[in-house]
Amino acid sequence: MTDPIYLDYAATTPVDPRVLGVMMPYFNASFGNPSSVHRYGQRAEAALDSARETVASVLHCRPEEIIFTSCGSESDNLALRGAMMIGLKNNRPWLLTSRTEHHAVSKTAEQLEKYYGVQVEWLPVDARGAVTPDAMRHAVCDGTALASVMLANNEIGTINPIAELAAICHEHGILFHTDAVQAAAYLDVDVTKLGVDMLSLGSHKFYGPKGVGALYVKKGTQLLPHTTGGGQEFGLRAGTQNVPYIVGFAEALRLTAQEREERVAHVQPLRDQIIGRVLEEIPDSQLTGHPENRLPNHASFVFKDVDGNLLLQLLDAAGFACSSGSACKTGNPEPSEVITALGLSRDWALGSLRITLGKDSTPEQTDSFLSTLPSLVEKTRHLSATDH
Amino acid sequence: MTKVVVAMSGGVDSSVAAALLKQQGYDVVGMMLRLWSAPGKEDSNRCCTPDSMAQARRVAAKLDIPFYVVDAKNVFRETVVQYFLDGYARGETPNPCLMCNRQIRWTFLLDHALALGAEFMATGHYARIRNSEFGIRNLLRAVDESKDQSYVLHVLTQEKLQRALFPVGEYPKPEIRKIAESFGLPTASRADSQDLCFLAGEDYRNFLQRNAPQLNQPGEIIRTDGKVLGQHNGLASYTIGQRKGLGVASPVPLYVITKHATHNTLVVGTQDELGFSELTARDVNWISGEAPPAAFRAMVKIRYTAKPVPAEVTPLAGGARAHVRFDAPARDVTAGQAAVFYVGEEVLGGGIIE
Repeated sequence: MTDPIYLDYAATTPVDPRVLGVMMPYFNASFGNPSSVHRYGQRAEAALDSARETVASVLHCRPEEIIFTSCGSESDNLALRGAMMIGLKNNRPWLLTSRTEHHAVSKTAEQLEKYYGVQVEWLPVDARGAVTPDAMRHAVCDGTALASVMLANNEIGTINPIAELAAICHEHGILFHTDAVQAAAYLDVDVTKLGVDMLSLGSHKFYGPKGVGALYVKKGTQLLPHTTGGGQEFGLRAGTQNVPYIVGFAEALRLTAQEREERVAHVQPLRDQIIGRVLEEIPDSQLTGHPENRLPNHASFVFKDVDGNLLLQLLDAAGFACSSGSACKTGNPEPSEVITALGLSRDWALGSLRITLGKDSTPEQTDSFLSTLPSLVEKTRHLSATDH
Repeated sequence: MTKVVVAMSGGVDSSVAAALLKQQGYDVVGMMLRLWSAPGKEDSNRCCTPDSMAQARRVAAKLDIPFYVVDAKNVFRETVVQYFLDGYARGETPNPCLMCNRQIRWTFLLDHALALGAEFMATGHYARIRNSEFGIRNLLRAVDESKDQSYVLHVLTQEKLQRALFPVGEYPKPEIRKIAESFGLPTASRADSQDLCFLAGEDYRNFLQRNAPQLNQPGEIIRTDGKVLGQHNGLASYTIGQRKGLGVASPVPLYVITKHATHNTLVVGTQDELGFSELTARDVNWISGEAPPAAFRAMVKIRYTAKPVPAEVTPLAGGARAHVRFDAPARDVTAGQAAVFYVGEEVLGGGIIE
């Protein structure tokens, strides 16, 4: 049995062989602890420093503004928890964020509200899933410590106007964090252009290894660390650094920045073809997210009266690996918060499908996908209709 | 490669079914149903606990086959649970597992399997299928009679049997455990329990009280001769043949003989009165697709756990119903349970006892 065609690059990507190559020496040959005084430690520390410089050059920031973490979710946690603990102390208990954020942000916000006394205001999104500057202007107040809005949405691909949103926050002395985990594979993550105080990254979305991430923290930003211990990562994240993975992260990000234009030029026409043909050929279909202002590798839809979970199973069986906003491996499908936030009714919201492309995607793959999808959607509709 | 979907439970039988089919060269896909339980008890449904789901997932990974969980909550609630409630409303003791096999496993899940491109669906049931003349498939008892589950499969039509595979029915249970070991699969059986999965450990009377409170109307307990002995607290709380907990004083032990839903009376009598010499079954399914032309001798099984007893079976109403006359009065004949007719090792059909 051949492996299904992979159309789920937003979930994760394979490690680039060039990335794997630079990681390997740090598993055994140069295995030292970067905190150690001896030469083993020094070699590891040099690799760590170099990785930090590489990341800083892509983000247009200083190396000491890069905090390495174990993943994008941890970066989001450090940003939210770290800033809100300080906010609470300074009598600024409000946190602004949207319902379309990744769970790493929204669930953290909910916990901060429930157990720590943080006040959360949920920013509304427009029908395309974007947080508008108006919504931000309405929400900010003197008691707000932090706003967190993602750069690009993982489920629907919509890109938020981060620079504008951040500027509004700064007028009120509010810190601004953006989760750029999904965006970094294709969008410029220059923090000076974005004007953010914090930015989260996760390496496995751009052909780096899983299990390593970073948080950009603008110099002068006060955060309370949530992992305490040794003084690693400028006192913001205790624990011996995962040197091989950090080296891989930096190399993956460097390659992504270097090859960004050609990667975009490769996936965007394929994505446009998918969006065009799906909307044209499948009755009762809608694009979710913004039609233009979206990630160039990202196509997402809802189909009326379709069980999205079943559609994924049929697609997998037919040889295509995709994803859905209501996907659930335990058979308890519910529309995601993101799809719900768009204001779609349940008969639409349960039938979501996400196709995300990558550098190994080919026109043959998308053609083959497009010639299969319409009949599978029909099959799903037929099955759902006979079930009840 | 021929594709087959295996309905997996995480237990040894369906795991071995998947392993055997894979070994035989099928393109095997694992599926598991997410069934309905009362709100708050979803994770305690015996057929799909998080544990059993994780176990099935591990087995699928071990066998390197795809595995999908299919949401059947709504359809299960609407068919199986409704059937359970309706049965008690009629004063019967329904067997919802029969309905689950017919409507959920062999309709809902089979439709999913076919949509996935499968030609067959397999389960870990202990039963066998044999081809006979004219392309008809016969349903037979399992090789291991002590594990035989053909009783619950008597609801299958030819259309379903053409798609069904029961790989483990060809082996004795100890052999299945050995095969599981040889594949490195878990060897534990799912806890064999008479409890209904969707009750999630709750007493069915509490479930009925909550979901069909109108069924718990007190009424009279009468003796077979019509004498009123006392009050019952809702017919649904009693089963045919029950002796304990009747709450009536009598010099000889009394048993529940029958229940009259229309009059809401519970009829009790002595042990001698307990046996029924005949019964009528409705909604009869004949495995071959056609009722036998005349009355025939058969061994009839009236409950999942009952021993088959000899009887004469007469198809009625073109086969939709059947009359059963036992050679000797049979105990515990319970309306709502199935009577299944065996000739030798073959299941000829069965229906719901009235």
